[in-house]
Amino acid sequence: MSLADLTATELLTRLGTGETSATEVTAAFLRRIEEQDAAVGAFLSVEGERAMAQAEEIDRRRAAGRPVGKLGGLPVAVKDVLCTQGERTTCASRILRDFRPPYDATVVARLKAADAVLIGRTNMDEFAMGGSTENSAFRVTHNPWALDRIPGGSSGGSAAAVAASMAPLAVGSDTGGSIRQPAGLCGITGLKPTYGRVSRFGLVAFASSLDQVGPIAWTAEDAALLLGVIAGHDFHDSTSIDLSVPRYAETIGARPARLRIGLAREHFGEGLDAEVEKAVREAVAVYESLGASVHEVCLPHSKYAVATYYIIAPCEASSNLARYDGVHYGYRSDERKLVAELEAERQAMEKSGDGKGLEGLDNPLVRLYRKTRSEGFGSEVKRRIMLGTYALSAGYYDAYYLKALKVRRLIREDFDRAFRDVDLIAGPITPAPAYPIGSKIDDPLAMYLFDLYTVSGNLAGICGISIPCGFSREGLPIGLQLQAPPFEEERLLQAAHLFQQATGWHKRRPAIE
Amino acid sequence: MAISREEVRKVSLLARLLLSEQDLDRMTVQLGAVLEYMELLSEVDTGQVEPMAHPLDVTDVLRADEVRPSLDRASALANAPHHDAECYLVPAVLGEE
Repeated sequence: MSLADLTATELLTRLGTGETSATEVTAAFLRRIEEQDAAVGAFLSVEGERAMAQAEEIDRRRAAGRPVGKLGGLPVAVKDVLCTQGERTTCASRILRDFRPPYDATVVARLKAADAVLIGRTNMDEFAMGGSTENSAFRVTHNPWALDRIPGGSSGGSAAAVAASMAPLAVGSDTGGSIRQPAGLCGITGLKPTYGRVSRFGLVAFASSLDQVGPIAWTAEDAALLLGVIAGHDFHDSTSIDLSVPRYAETIGARPARLRIGLAREHFGEGLDAEVEKAVREAVAVYESLGASVHEVCLPHSKYAVATYYIIAPCEASSNLARYDGVHYGYRSDERKLVAELEAERQAMEKSGDGKGLEGLDNPLVRLYRKTRSEGFGSEVKRRIMLGTYALSAGYYDAYYLKALKVRRLIREDFDRAFRDVDLIAGPITPAPAYPIGSKIDDPLAMYLFDLYTVSGNLAGICGISIPCGFSREGLPIGLQLQAPPFEEERLLQAAHLFQQATGWHKRRPAIE
Repeated sequence: MAISREEVRKVSLLARLLLSEQDLDRMTVQLGAVLEYMELLSEVDTGQVEPMAHPLDVTDVLRADEVRPSLDRASALANAPHHDAECYLVPAVLGEE
């Protein structure tokens, strides 16, 4: 058995007793990456030497009896969406291919302060837009359970890295399900904290009212460990909430005070795969056998969540991504070439007497923006920028954006009402297990509809966790989603842990061919 | 179609994107399908509903007005594709005339 097969909590215990060292642990995971990442493709970059140097430094400190951080020597893989000072932070986009941020994201700074060994940066859908990690400009990530399947997304690299035991812990970001969905499809645990629980400072913005950073791990216990490190108020993010952070890793063994579980009829409707439904209902039965009571709840607006989300998120994205202009940082189209092109266009129009064309011809700066962005962004990002720009444009704002904001409130009120009667809402994380790579790539709407169980949590700003609850006949993982009211991550983790004490799904490991 | 090819072309300028003729065709079909799906929202009665732009009620977070260090010029310029010692450089916007 390799050290790479242990959970973060198990490794931390061994590190604490001196049974193993940060160097040995880091070397074990680096070896795993070397053996498996050619097939899985989870990482965009691996910092082997730097990780080993960091691990050695932590070992020396520990040996000298000096203080070591909460993650003292545990490798952590970081989604390539969090700024890390001086290191390439690409968001899996050509437009940021060589971007080296001048500062650390708060989450990265906290990981460093906790003595996490930053082992590498993981692949993702470009700018976190997508649910399959196929929208990366750099590589395809494969599901460790079946290499022809998607790992989910957008944090597909982080989920695949953990599922393939190439890192014991990973950080992801979740705007519409991007932590929970890949965790579900890769058979591991992923938690989206409540909006405001974790700082977004240095998280490259996709949709600012929806984005949250959170942990990905094998077990709820490990997720609790990582969340405890990254959560908390941050001076640099005025939307991070100044609330005390529970000691998740210490309280995880406690039983939640009450366990009233809600099932929403809307989560078990048309389009739900029969095997997924069966696994989820069996998981709920496990909770019942553990003393939980089950109640029906009503989330009548959940059928509008996908439409609402795919208006609001692209609107916010189109505005956030306006910053990629080829001027301040990032890729820039060849200037001499574009000025020459523009001149050729002008001459052709003058020659043909195309007065209207001449009038509408871009000035060189506008053309620089347009060429830079068209060459720098991939298709899905362009689609969302177009969608958002359209929905925010004069004449359409009320019909799309404003309408979506109103339905968003109704979705939130559905949850508020449901949580008066239950402590948690349980349901599937996706309508089906992981689909084959390439099968939905030309059908954006089909891709969006796969998000129907996750986007409402982001719109409402509540928290949610995905835990493994079974496998399909084909051997693909199935995930159970638990959702809780704002800032009740502790309850989610305790409930997830309770399930994992009674079941063994989270202990299964893929055999990578 | 929920959106015309001409509208897509117009939006591409607003979005500061330059789409090829082929991209325009594809984008028109794909955006059309997504926008048609959005029609679903029209059946929701939102007459008495306040829009919700943000999940949190926090507003106007204030801090003391203290001078703090910020990014120095060299770091701010370091990632720019084209710059001199002081400025970001862009193509000339005004002609020679």
